[in-house]
Amino acid sequence: MRYLVLIKQVPLSSNVAIDEKTGTIKRESGEAKMNPYDLYALETALRLRETYEGVVSVLTMGPPQAGSVVRESFMMGADEGFLLTDRAFAGSDVLATSYALSQAIKHIGNIDLVICGKQTTDGDTAQVGAECSEFLNIPCISNVQRIIDVTETAITAECDTGTTVETVRVHLPALMSVEKDIWQPRLPSFKLMCATAQRPVKTLNLKDLADTDERHYGLKGSPTQVVRMFPPEEKSDYEIWNEENLGERLYQYLVSEKFLQESV
Amino acid sequence: MSTIIVHNEFIQDTESAAKLCPFGAIKTTAEGVLIDSSCRMCLLCVKKGPKGAFELLQDDEPQKKINKSEYDGILVSVECHQGHIHPVSIELIGKARELASISNQKVFACAAGATITSLIPELLAYGVDTVCVYDDPEFTYFRVEPHTAALEDAIGYLTPSVVLVGGTPIGRTLAPRTAARLRTGLTADCTSLDIQPNTDLDQIRPAFGGNIMAHIRTMNHRPQFATVRYKIFDMAQKVDHPSGTIIYRSLDKRALESRIEVLDVQPKGVGTYIEEAEVIVAVGKGIQNDTNLGLFNELADLLGGQVACSRPLVENGWVESRRQIGLSGRTVRPKLIITCGISGSVQFAAGMRGSQKIIAINIDEHAPIMKIAHVGIVADVFEIVPRLIEQIRQHKPLGDIA
Repeated sequence: MRYLVLIKQVPLSSNVAIDEKTGTIKRESGEAKMNPYDLYALETALRLRETYEGVVSVLTMGPPQAGSVVRESFMMGADEGFLLTDRAFAGSDVLATSYALSQAIKHIGNIDLVICGKQTTDGDTAQVGAECSEFLNIPCISNVQRIIDVTETAITAECDTGTTVETVRVHLPALMSVEKDIWQPRLPSFKLMCATAQRPVKTLNLKDLADTDERHYGLKGSPTQVVRMFPPEEKSDYEIWNEENLGERLYQYLVSEKFLQESV
Repeated sequence: MSTIIVHNEFIQDTESAAKLCPFGAIKTTAEGVLIDSSCRMCLLCVKKGPKGAFELLQDDEPQKKINKSEYDGILVSVECHQGHIHPVSIELIGKARELASISNQKVFACAAGATITSLIPELLAYGVDTVCVYDDPEFTYFRVEPHTAALEDAIGYLTPSVVLVGGTPIGRTLAPRTAARLRTGLTADCTSLDIQPNTDLDQIRPAFGGNIMAHIRTMNHRPQFATVRYKIFDMAQKVDHPSGTIIYRSLDKRALESRIEVLDVQPKGVGTYIEEAEVIVAVGKGIQNDTNLGLFNELADLLGGQVACSRPLVENGWVESRRQIGLSGRTVRPKLIITCGISGSVQFAAGMRGSQKIIAINIDEHAPIMKIAHVGIVADVFEIVPRLIEQIRQHKPLGDIA
């Protein structure tokens, strides 16, 4: 069984602000870390390897320094890691990112199960996994909260649909995104850090992909464009109520704020 | 493709040139300044950098412009799950009508499910002009391949300019899968939508955990996909004379095939951890004694939430310690917290001030909780809460299904 985990390097803190005069993003620091949701995806792959054997690979797309998250995954136990990097990918939106990742997955080849985290902490879109699965033409299941069984040809898992919990069997190859807390991620190990210090992070560039047409990647391959970034409105709705009949007023308030629905 | 080239002869201070880039893509090397693959093409270096230093090299071959007039209408993908229409779909129909009246378009809906015929008139009642219905046992449960095929078919048939999908666990799989198939743009979790006369959708969404808002457009691709979470927009109002048409469509067997089998479906147990609750009713010393707890449990149930408490109640043994909020208890960030008879010590506030909406009921106007509450209600909880419960019961709400 070959597992591939998609990981991403994200800013250490999402505590960013916009400078209203210049429109630039002010970050507290330039430091970065592995997207915390990806730790659960990686842990899932490592657990499955422990139970059902196999090889765990990781793939990240980003600038050259994003290779450090691949190295971190080695310290947790990943066997092999790829960094997809090229200036042609600059400015990629969900579509262009998913397309580039799917091209890299095809290049790596022979993957049985692609595992993603729920979302990233910088983009928060939670859409890249499902778009990848479309480009790979494989089924995808989302919100996986428990793995029940894995065989050579299928995986059985529990998915949280919001209102119900569904037990599904999906035939391989497939892609799944896992919930936070599916398993508690292990900490990077010093022993593995030493043991994998010489292991290469395999770099993939545009020229390695089957589709080398630059128009399908980066800003050019991105249908969505950011027109403007701006700080969220400050809430100024602090109020004190001290008149009569506040029970009714509170009810109306909860309805208007959509915590309650009025019968239609 | 467009790229930025660096003219080092115009750069005197390489350090400050490197600082221009919010993404750290500008590197200073022995050969001078260069841009690496961290570049997001935000063009700030071109705009703010030393004159002539960063040049945007435009495409030699301009992108082919699409003909926007070939795409007309706003399509809402309606979620039919477990024999119900998810209310987010009705909210999206309301927003679609609002947008359609600005851009002079029609409102379409697409619904795929098993034996859903009886649900369809309701969609027309909310003012949908045309609804495409896919009724087949294969749609009993959400499986990505057949549901994507249905939405793709509806888009092919109706050629809308905009597709709105609820940001539910199902919608957040269906929308990206279909958008990728059509090689078009998708903006997730929009919190505000507007439309230009040329049908370009103005999409606003939070990024970086809500610290920044981004305004996004899909200017040269159609249809434009957007997902919106439940309870962002208002429910659609019913129209007096529904006049829409229903079109039953079917897909061939191959399009309905799936490599996913649903083996079992169980209702989801109500979360028992206060950290997971979207709504919390928190009680403190002001509730006087533990026999009064029932009232607050009832309110929490009616709001689909959980009861939590401040430290003294745990110390008295009235409430289990796992329900305690504060520095020595749990930290919560629900969408709504109603504090009842809690003064709001620093230690308590530390465990809940990240809540999206704080309503504090306390007899003392000067209690510290009133300073952090969005709504501070100066009253006796035993006057307000029973009255509120009575109101909720009278109006028979549909209840929260999300």
